[in-house]
Amino acid sequence: MQRIGVFVCHCGSNIAATVDVKKVAEMAMMEPGVVHAEDYQYMCSEAGQALIAKAIKEKNLTGLVVCSCSPRMHETTFRKAAERAGLNPYMVEIANIREHVSWIHKDMEEATKKAVILMRAAVAKVNLNTPLMPGESRVTKRALVIGGGIAGIQTALDIADAGYEVDIVEKTPSIGGRMSQLDKTFPTLDCSACILTPKMVEAAAHEKIKIYTYSEVEKVSGFVGDFTVDIRKKARSVDMDKCTGCGVCQEKCPSKKAPSEFNRGLNTRSAIYTPFAQAIPNVPVIDRENCIKFKTGKCGVCAKVCQAGAIDYDQKDEIVTEKYGAIVVATGFDTIKLDKYDEYAYSQSKDVITSLELERIMNAAGPTKGHLERLSDGKAPKEMVFIQCVGSRCSDDRGKSYCSKICCMYTAKHAMLIRDKYPDVNVTVFYIDVRTPGKNFDEFYRRAVEQYGVNYIKGQVGKVIPQPDGKLLVQGVDLLDNKQILKEADMVVLATAIEPNPDVRKIATMLTASIDTNNFLTEAHAKLRPVESPTAGIFLSGVCQGPKDIPETVAQAGAAAVKAIGLLAKDKLMTNPCTAQSDELLCNGCSTCANVCPYGAITYEEKQVNDHGIREVRRIAVVNNALCQGCGACTVACPSGAMDLQGFSNRQIIAEVDAICR
Amino acid sequence: MNTEKKQAELMKEISGVNPLKCMKCGKCSASCPSFNEMDIKPHQFVSYVVNEDIESLVNSKSLWKCLSCFACVERCPRDVKPGKLIDAARQLVVRQREQDYLSPNEIPELLDPELPQQLLVSAFRRYRR
Amino acid sequence: MKYSYYPGCTLRTKAKDLDAYARVSARALGFELEEIENWQCCGGVYPLGTDEIATKLSSVRALNEAKEKGQDLITLCSACHHVIKRVNDDMKNVEDIRTRANNYMQLEEPYAGETTVLHFLEVLRDRIGFDKLKEKVVNPLKGKKIGAYYGCLLLRPGKILEFDNPENPSVIEDFIRAIGAEPVVYPYRNECCGGYISLKEKDMSKNMCNNIMDSAAGFGADMLITACPLCLYNLNKSGNGKLPIYYFTELLAEALGVKDEVKKEVERQ
Repeated sequence: MQRIGVFVCHCGSNIAATVDVKKVAEMAMMEPGVVHAEDYQYMCSEAGQALIAKAIKEKNLTGLVVCSCSPRMHETTFRKAAERAGLNPYMVEIANIREHVSWIHKDMEEATKKAVILMRAAVAKVNLNTPLMPGESRVTKRALVIGGGIAGIQTALDIADAGYEVDIVEKTPSIGGRMSQLDKTFPTLDCSACILTPKMVEAAAHEKIKIYTYSEVEKVSGFVGDFTVDIRKKARSVDMDKCTGCGVCQEKCPSKKAPSEFNRGLNTRSAIYTPFAQAIPNVPVIDRENCIKFKTGKCGVCAKVCQAGAIDYDQKDEIVTEKYGAIVVATGFDTIKLDKYDEYAYSQSKDVITSLELERIMNAAGPTKGHLERLSDGKAPKEMVFIQCVGSRCSDDRGKSYCSKICCMYTAKHAMLIRDKYPDVNVTVFYIDVRTPGKNFDEFYRRAVEQYGVNYIKGQVGKVIPQPDGKLLVQGVDLLDNKQILKEADMVVLATAIEPNPDVRKIATMLTASIDTNNFLTEAHAKLRPVESPTAGIFLSGVCQGPKDIPETVAQAGAAAVKAIGLLAKDKLMTNPCTAQSDELLCNGCSTCANVCPYGAITYEEKQVNDHGIREVRRIAVVNNALCQGCGACTVACPSGAMDLQGFSNRQIIAEVDAICR
Repeated sequence: MNTEKKQAELMKEISGVNPLKCMKCGKCSASCPSFNEMDIKPHQFVSYVVNEDIESLVNSKSLWKCLSCFACVERCPRDVKPGKLIDAARQLVVRQREQDYLSPNEIPELLDPELPQQLLVSAFRRYRR
Repeated sequence: MKYSYYPGCTLRTKAKDLDAYARVSARALGFELEEIENWQCCGGVYPLGTDEIATKLSSVRALNEAKEKGQDLITLCSACHHVIKRVNDDMKNVEDIRTRANNYMQLEEPYAGETTVLHFLEVLRDRIGFDKLKEKVVNPLKGKKIGAYYGCLLLRPGKILEFDNPENPSVIEDFIRAIGAEPVVYPYRNECCGGYISLKEKDMSKNMCNNIMDSAAGFGADMLITACPLCLYNLNKSGNGKLPIYYFTELLAEALGVKDEVKKEVERQ
């Protein structure tokens, strides 16, 4: 018979205001096996934990039930406290009377009733708990970073500098990401390339960093400390070892009509290309969809002009399989498509552009060589209108519910740069709110207004109306003046909402990492574990977790690196002892469990068994405890009841259900 | 419940609009082709309902200037749709006796030979109970 | 192919030609418009309050009749299209309205939005196909530069009508191409003509119609086409007369070479 102690937490007023905690403790004493029950204001505090330790010693407790918050919050805390007092940590169960009771109910009597029932279920379970011992698994001392933008580069550099090997997998032909497309950065206005390219070079040169560009993660298996990942290296059609990066092939390539991804489709590139001049690696790829050789078989100009003989039309995709201890997701963002916002005439006029397109126009290496001009006729604009919140802060199904966070600041930047370089250009910004939390951010925005005379109008734009003479009529509202405004403009710039890179869904599925309704990766805890996924061994870096600017991204990238390093620094990891086991006398070798196991943890053995004196060889399921994650799928699927999960046995679950139904 | 509060509740019910969803971006007023003719502007309808100032709304000439063209309904990013509130305010007015904006006696004067039936039918629906 | 057809009040009076051109064109394209019996006016306006049921019943009657015949329901007038499609959406998706409307109707089997409502243009686009239409054109309207005038009732609210992209529609432009003419895209094509406001506020309507005419003319249109009798009336009456305006069905009949049959058709009605 167990000797169980029940500890009821007030959580300040979080629980105690809705649940009669004394009553719960009182009722606990009537449960079988319970020899001690008490309540306390903060069970998780040092004093609270001391109470638990004292009771364990004085009352010779063999099991504990803590009625408190979610086990995701403090199960580990209480298990550690029990362990220090000499109890096996798996003899501790949590009854969640905060998230499941006090936070969601109002009526005290009803809430108390429910809290008592949950306590009862936990006690019923502890009565059947047995001490469990975790095993050990090894840690592969190498990290994988998915995405080679500033987030991925920074995370990789920080992990590598700590002495661990890191691989970066980048989908496009070069690392650099969105930041490489930006012209200047707020609030200091330093040139984006000038601060990014040294980091790109550093990453490429780092002896601990290996970069796979033009590559994608294809398959992930394993678990924290021991992931196995298949990386598809897409056929570049160029031998990376032979290519010298001279660029002649790109010059001579006769197919120059493919839209340049780097310049957001504002101009074209050759079929064999590097996305931009500072690309790393400086080795081009052949875009086979646009290459004449691949389309018609006739051409081969690049191979003819390549002095190094690096062109290889027969190259095939290659799968590389690597082992990693930790994986960092840094897949970044894109701007949303504007096909649902035709009132802004984006698809009807070439002079309505997104802010990212304006970055390329302002950039010396961009489609207009840095000259501010209309894409329709090449004329210099005199009136420019910026429209904020295009697709952000929407509760309809056209846009995104969140604030994209970076737009207010980059619009102030654009407005300021334009007024600085072209003082005769008038700039008007239609805004809903100007949001500038951040160091020196509001000062920056005010500078745009006060020093550069940017005209900020509070109110949205209803429609952008292209005129027969090529101008754009912007119909907006000035809410402070309560006037409708018709403003003639030469160019209109849309602060387009950002969204996570669409590939992130696929990657999250492979990693079994959770994502929210907006496709942002979810943190393990919104406040206390912001760079970790709830899936062990997966870390989050940059905009894949939520909208953020460059300094925030870099800070988070470093934080993700530290978390990954913390994992890689361990030689062994304790494994979860709550794994499945098959009862060889009940197992009939039907394979149902192996078919449902998502981790490939179940295999079969021909085994000699002694069934009530009858010796025979049977086919029996065997669980690899290092691979088993304790999900329980096999225990539900097993037709003969041979599979059972330690710590969550069928008997324990039934006992809980019985206690609830009592 | 005082009358104004009741009226505000009724407007929300008739229109199916939750004015609290409004983030005051003004896109409705920016889109409205009748803006200049209105004394209370489309975006203001929302805050008038929130503030339960229904008296001002039912006396507003805006009610009879709205074209029901649904530009504000189509473009509202917050699913508030002020045009529906204007429709509801109109209903509050015309559902009371003797409050119609159009009387049959006016019609002969307004007619011309090409005027389509659709116009009369629509106007009666908009202006009368 | 037979469709149920809801002509609406104006197509039986001031806009007989809109209707007649459609009927002869349909015949030429191989489908028939079977007018539903005893239809009543849709009201021209979708009811203003969510609590109004009686004003939706004429639409429900028409919808139910089409359902009983197992046919899709075609409309031609923009207002009828707007009202009937929205009422149908209510009957399909709003339980309260469905229950109360059916309580009034006392049908053998309750109506729950089963009928598909199509505007004549949608039939051309989705059932006939503009490619097929193009093949049937005997008299392509070459050289004509035509501005499509959509107005509001065809397009909005876009989510319920699901007719076309409400901010940048293309169905009439594609239609214009199919009959051999050149479409002129101009930004005011989905702006309101003033609608019923022209009854008592002539100046407002004038303003709006002039914007539409000026914009279309500025982009090089030499005529406008529409599906709505009220739009046609307003643009003719309140507009500055820069451009002539026609029903799209008239140009369709002309392109199909059946325009002359219309006189007989009107007399037959």
